[in-house]
Parts: sequence; C-alpha cells; structure tokens
Amino acid sequence: MSTQIAPPKQPGADRKELDQVVIRFAGDSGDGMQLTGERFTSATAFFGNDLATQPDFPAEIRAPAGTIPGVSAFQIQFSDHDILTPGDAPSVLVAMNPAALKAHLKELLVGGLLVVNSDAFDKRNLDKVGYDSNPLEDDSLKSYQVYDIAMTSMTLEAVKGVGLNKKEAGRCKNMFALGVISWMYGRPLKPTIDWLDKKFARKPELAEANTKALKAGHAFGETAELTAFEVKPATIAPGTYRRITGNQAIAYGLLAASVQSKLPLFLGSYPITPASDILHELSRHKNFGVRTIQAEDEIAAAGMALGAAFSGHLGVTTTSGPGLDLKSETLGLAIALELPMIVVDIQRGGPSTGLPTKTEQSDLLHAMYGRHGESPLPIVASYSPASCFWAAVESARIAIKYMTPVILLSDGYIANGAEPWRITALGKLPDISRDFTTQPNMGDDFWPYLRDDVTLSRPWAIPGTPGLEHRIGGLEKADGTGNISYEPENHELMSELRAAKIKAIEEDIDPLEWRGDEDANVLVLGWGGTYGAIGAACRSLRHAGKKIAHAHIRHLSPFPRNTEDVLGRFDKVIVPELNMGQLSKLIRAEFLIDAQSISKMQGQPFRSSELEQMILERM
Amino acid sequence: MSDPIAMATQGRGVTEASDGVGTLTRKDFESDQEIRWCPGCGDYAVLSAVQNVMPELGIPREKIVFISGIGCSSRFPYYMNTYGLHGIHGRAAAIATGIATARPDLQVWVVTGDGDGLSIGGNHLIHALRRNVNLKILLFNNQVYGLTKGQYSPTSEMGKVTKSTPFGSLERPFNPVSIALGAEATFVGRTIDVERKHLPQMLRQAAAHRGSAFIEIYQNCNIFNDGAFIALTGKEKSQNRIYIEHGQPIRFGPNNERGVVATSTGQLEIVDVAEVGEDKLLVHDAHRGDPGLAFSLSRLADGPTTPTPLGIFRQVEAPVYGDGMESQLRAAAEQQGPGDLAELLMTGDTWTVD
Repeated sequence: MSTQIAPPKQPGADRKELDQVVIRFAGDSGDGMQLTGERFTSATAFFGNDLATQPDFPAEIRAPAGTIPGVSAFQIQFSDHDILTPGDAPSVLVAMNPAALKAHLKELLVGGLLVVNSDAFDKRNLDKVGYDSNPLEDDSLKSYQVYDIAMTSMTLEAVKGVGLNKKEAGRCKNMFALGVISWMYGRPLKPTIDWLDKKFARKPELAEANTKALKAGHAFGETAELTAFEVKPATIAPGTYRRITGNQAIAYGLLAASVQSKLPLFLGSYPITPASDILHELSRHKNFGVRTIQAEDEIAAAGMALGAAFSGHLGVTTTSGPGLDLKSETLGLAIALELPMIVVDIQRGGPSTGLPTKTEQSDLLHAMYGRHGESPLPIVASYSPASCFWAAVESARIAIKYMTPVILLSDGYIANGAEPWRITALGKLPDISRDFTTQPNMGDDFWPYLRDDVTLSRPWAIPGTPGLEHRIGGLEKADGTGNISYEPENHELMSELRAAKIKAIEEDIDPLEWRGDEDANVLVLGWGGTYGAIGAACRSLRHAGKKIAHAHIRHLSPFPRNTEDVLGRFDKVIVPELNMGQLSKLIRAEFLIDAQSISKMQGQPFRSSELEQMILERM
Repeated sequence: MSDPIAMATQGRGVTEASDGVGTLTRKDFESDQEIRWCPGCGDYAVLSAVQNVMPELGIPREKIVFISGIGCSSRFPYYMNTYGLHGIHGRAAAIATGIATARPDLQVWVVTGDGDGLSIGGNHLIHALRRNVNLKILLFNNQVYGLTKGQYSPTSEMGKVTKSTPFGSLERPFNPVSIALGAEATFVGRTIDVERKHLPQMLRQAAAHRGSAFIEIYQNCNIFNDGAFIALTGKEKSQNRIYIEHGQPIRFGPNNERGVVATSTGQLEIVDVAEVGEDKLLVHDAHRGDPGLAFSLSRLADGPTTPTPLGIFRQVEAPVYGDGMESQLRAAAEQQGPGDLAELLMTGDTWTVD
C-alpha cells in the first residue's frame, strides 16, 4: 500500500516559514502521547519532511496518574532538509498536565511555544507535583509563548452525541491536541482519520469520536488564529519509504537473513526491556517459518538458539544487558562448538537492572571480552533505526560463513527511535547461504574441525545427514578430528586458530569510511547510536569554519582492516560514547593512539549541541 | 528441493527407516572413542543398555541425537555413534529443546545427572517437562558430585558427610520422580543401572513415548558414594524393590507378601497383604490424567533405603510442544501464504517520493 498525498492547501493562513521544528508531546502514561506522536509522525512523513523521532517513557507500566514518574513523552524533529537526530531541546512543548509541564519545561527553548491542556491544571493535579500556584496564572511562564487550551472540555463537547461515557470521551483529548498541532504545522488529517477508521473498524463509535476530537482541535486552531507555521517538504531521494524503529528493523533484517540464507529462523528469547519488541514482531511472522520460543530464562533462550543452530537453523537470541551477562557461558560454548548464532543486545543503562528504559553504550567491553578463556567473536553495531536491518543481515552473513556466534549491538535509543526508511534503496540483498556438508571429508571419515583454508571455517554437518554422525562439545578438541584433546600444543593451536578465524574477517568487511575536510586535523570517531548526534555536531562545526572529520565504526570486532590508517591521518582522535570510554580504551590498546574520550552517562543520547561544545573544547 | 535441511538429510523422517536400519547392531552405535569412566562405574551398564536398545528402535542412526550437560554421565554422547553435543552445565534440556523444536524429524535424548539436571539445570528440566518437548531424558542419579570429586548433591541424604559437608549436609534431598511429576511430565519412570531387563524395557517405552519421557536411573558411583542403592541392589533387594505396572495391584516382597493401599486420607501405605486382603491393594494406573496419585506413590520411600517403587509412574498423552509449533507454522502459511519479504517491508504506512 502506497499513498501519495500532495501538500494540503493552507486555507486562510498566513504561515510563517521554518526550516525545522522540534516538538515534544508530553502527558500522563494514560494520555496516549506515544500514539499522538506516532500519528503526527506519519502525517509528517506523508507531507514529505525529513524527520526523526524519539520516545521517552517511564519504566513503570502505570505510575500513579498525574505524577512525574508517570510522564510519557515523544519527540519529533522534522525539517525541509535532511536531519540526523530527533533534535535537542524542543521549540514546542505540548503538556497535557502539570506533571508533564514540570518534567519537561526546563528543556523547552526560551521563547518556545507551550501548548497546555488547561483543564488538567486543577488543584489536585498541581498539588501532586508540588506547584504552589497555578503556573498558567502566575508569571512563571512568561519566557514562553503559552497557548492554554481547555482541551478536555472542548473534547467532551465535540464528541457529545457519539454515545461514549465521560471517561471514554475524555480519552479522545490526545486527538484534540493532535488536531491543534496539525493545524499549526499544516499537517494533513487524512492519514490519521484513515488510521483511526482501520484501528477502530470494530468499534466505529471510537473511530467517530476520535475523528471528531481531531477535527475539533484542528478547527480550534484555525478559529482561535493560533500562529501557523510551514515547514516545506524536504528534498528527499525518490523512492518508497516507510517509518521504521530499530527493533522493527532488526526483526525484518533477521527475516531477510533467513530468506537470503535459506535457513529457517529460530528465536529463543526471554522478555526484557528494551528488546522484547523483536520477540513480539518475529512471533507474528510464522508464515516465514519462524520458530519463536519464549524461554524460561535468558540462559535457556541462548541454549535453545544454539541447539537450533546445531540442527541447521539460523539460531538467534535477543536480549539486553542483564541478559547478555547470563548468555556469556553459552556464547563461550558456541565459540568452542564453532556454530553460527546471533546474540542481539539492545543496550540499556547498567550495571545490574540500571536504567531499563534508558539508553547507554556500556556493553561494548562486555561483548568484546565478557567470557572466560580466549574467546573472540565478531561484533556488529547498528548506528540508526534503519541500519538495524543491515546489521542483522550482516551479523547472519558473518555467523554463517565463519561458523561463529556474532553479537549485534544496538541500544535503547535506536531500538525505539524511528526514521523514514527508503525501502527501495535496499536493492538486491546478498546471498548468504552456504551448503551443509553431506559427504565425508577425510577418506571415509568426517572430521568436524577440518577447516576451510581461506575462511578457517569448519564444515557444518547437521543431524539427519547419513554417514556424518559426529559429536562436538565444550571440551577442547583436537584440530581436525574434533575429538577431545588435552594436549598442550593442541590447545595453543586451537586458541590461535579460533582467534585467526575471527581476525581474518577483517578482509571480508567494508573498510572504515570517514567524511569531512580533507585537511582536517581532528577526527571524531564514534560507533552505534551516536551517529546522528556526531554527524550533526560535525556538520555544525564545519559550518562554523572548523576543519573536522567523522568516522563511524560498524564492525567493532574485528575492526575494519584500514582502521589504523584512517586514525593515523589525523593529529587528534576524539571518541564520544555513552559510556566511560570503552571504544577509546580499545583504540588505545589496539593502535597505541592517544584517543580522547567524551563520555556521557545520563541514560540520554548526546544532544548534538552539547556534543559540538564538548568537541570544540578538545580541538 | 530447495530446502537445504531436507537436501542434507535426504528428507527422511524419523519413522521412515533408511536402508539397512533393520540390520543395525549394537556395534553400529559404539563410537571409536575410549571410554573414560572409572572402572566399576554404573555408567557403563547404562551405556551398554542404551547401545543394545538402539538397534531395536528402527530409527536411522543419523536421526538420533544425544545431548548432555556437564558431569560424569554427561560424557555419554562421546561414546554413542550418533549425532551428539556435550554442552554446558545444566543446560542440556534447553539445548535439546532447541533441537527438538527445530527438527521434529530427530529423536533427541538428554543425558543428565542429579547435579546437572536438578541443581544447576533444575529450571530447564522442569520447563522442558512442562512444555512436553519431545525429549527422552535419562537422569543418572548417584546422589553425589563425582566429576568434582565428591561433594553432596541435591539428591544426597540429609546428614551426608562429604568434602563440602564435613559435619553433615543440612539439606533435604530432592526426589527426582516427585519433581518430574510435579512438573506434570507425561512419562515418568525409575530404574536401576544394574537392572539388565528392567532398564532396557524402560528405555524402549521411553523411546516409544511422544513428548517428554523422564527416567531416573539409580546409578552407583563406586568411588564417591559406593553402595548408595545397596538396599535395592544387595541381599535385601527383593524386600525393597516395588515393581509397579499399569493395571496391576502394587505388591512386592520375596513372596509378594506386602502391598500398597490408599488410606481414607488419600495417603499411600505399605501393608501386609495377608492383613488387608488382596482386594484392598492399590491398582496402579499410570494413565491417570491427574498426577496426584503417582506423586503419592513417589513419596512412598524417603530415599532408596526403604521399599522403593520402580517402573513407570505416569504415562499419559498430551500435546507435544514441537507438534504445536509445526501446526502454527503450517496454519500461518496456509492462511497468509508463504512469507514474502518485499511484501512485508511494504506493509503499513508507506509513502512515495517522486
């Protein structure tokens, strides 16, 4: 299904032109702010702007209504040019209650636009968050342009006659708010109305009420002559687009990897924030032959995936930090068995339970070294929501070709963030299939550890193959035959072979690219979800006349073969990370380069403006 | 055929005998690896029984997989000339669940011990049984940690003096059969390593069962816990072995003079048959849906030092996990058509820029 929508006519509005806007929708968890944001995003995509979004929701499912822990927010940046992030501080804040105002006001740009639901500013709600006086009535909001709109009462009025009770009717107020903002920014209503019709096909009264609320908000904006803005469509590469989150892209990438490898996909997973959505998504696609098991624990999930890999499936397990801890032993076994397996780690704030819904990049060293013994494995990192598709296919390609477990690192920011994805740019996906071994490879015998000369990969003979019955296990095994061996020299040889196999992958991955000024002295080196923020910061610095370059590592183990050459071109290498300097440690250890770390540990992504400042200080 | 798994395995199912299956012998199931259990270990007898039974099953060798965790008994797969995987401590049931679910055409055996299966791997064991995954699980119970050289295990008796409990163990032991019944396993049996006839019978019946089949095998560790089952294997064995058989009254003793009755409170008791009369004896019903009575039966003996039931406690039919998975896959493919990647990517809100 592909719809094309011309920019709507702007009746009677003298619209002020902007090149980019950042809007944050904030309200109580029960106010439907994520949905409001997503619908606004869809309309914005239809309209033709470039955009990026970021939800920010509480760890609690339903914190007490009206409290600050219960505030849920959704931010979108959209523009008439290409953008890299969901934006830093919002220029528009929609606050559905006092808690939302209190939680997010400090980030609203001075002079920014504040749209509030004044009906929610009663004494009870104000008391709950410690407002002594109503901020809508005192002078405290004078630095902002405030639209206080009686959204609840106007919504109740608008949906009167549809036959909903007061509670149900009141719940439509998020659509009223969406209507208001849609009028202000010239967003089309049709995509949202179509969506409501489909969503509530079985409850037409809810579709009707929500549509009425949406239209009422829109009409209010026009009648009250709220300031109207225009953000022209961006120049976007032609093609068909969809909106995609990182977790969705990983799920689709794994399906693609299954199709391209001709191997059935098998997912063993245990629910964990923020990775569970991959399990949810893949569980829906049984017609692709995907087997998903919600295991009894993280360890079992990994074990099941490994068992499936032994049987000839594409074995995958998905998790987040605490789960990666638990999967470490199974990863070690997979390294010893030399079986393909993918462990997807959606990083979140740690240690321990840490910050389950907040982002961090602090599992890199764990992925790299978090196993006993010499146990190297490849690590692939996605760097944006859409790149997760690539990362999943690439992880599968490496796992299958080299018979090794692979860790795919994503993070909470990418997992839940969304961006437009040009589906048609995918082109032809690589063939990542390999043949199972079906014939003896040593006279009449089958040696499970007889390696390929080039890849050092071992043969994959699956149960059910006549004549190739063999046993493998976690005990050290003799080179070639795979029989148990405690020989000192053999252990050294096998350790070297396992390491050499992983190292050799550097010849089979894309070299590290960098962009920026040819004569720059400073390289900003990043990995993972900081891609957008670093890109935006560097772009801004170059506009200001600074000479700077940006490289983003997608393969963290092994590093691309030209990494040292690229880093060596620059006098200074700055490494911003949402951890305490993990990649910079690796760069220092690996290349003896004096990499400078920029660290942030707040569970929040870098703002490009703060990053710009931090880079500038180190230049 | 474009399905690589079907191509590699020649598309043969577990029930379709391949050429020469009928002529397989015990030798065909012996691997070329030197067996490294201690001389006199009960594991030898179990290995031998399994290798004897395998040719009778009519299953091609390549369709059989042995999975194990860590411990003495977990070396088992190396000695079987089938497919095998020696895993990590406690995780055999999880790994095997992956295999059995991915590949319903395989017959998957799990070899585990009292430490591997009931201590570090207790969680995986009960969940495999709960799901009724198509696995044959052999739990070698020697009531001690052997590979780590003699610590108490979760089935060791209270007060047991070992290297790690010089003043005696403070822990109550697990009863593996009770655990399996508590998890509502669909096949639960018990036998002894030295039982030359009973053990193979149990193996055959487990092999024939669809779903999880759990067998506790009392296995003597002659180094660290010699004689743990002497009451069942020594001079007094005929007084202590209670063979249970479906449909038969439960009685035992050298002259079948003792028996089991259910009291008015639902408890089971050992009685003299002469005193209560044959009619009052409990008739064993392994096919009862409710595992409660079988559980009571498993509680007759505190440990293998008093009269202890041997045989099949429970054998019921229930949906098999992998079968359910396969039927969901088939139904999805029938209703939605086979997965089409390009179509999937284009679902939902899409827009086109010219």
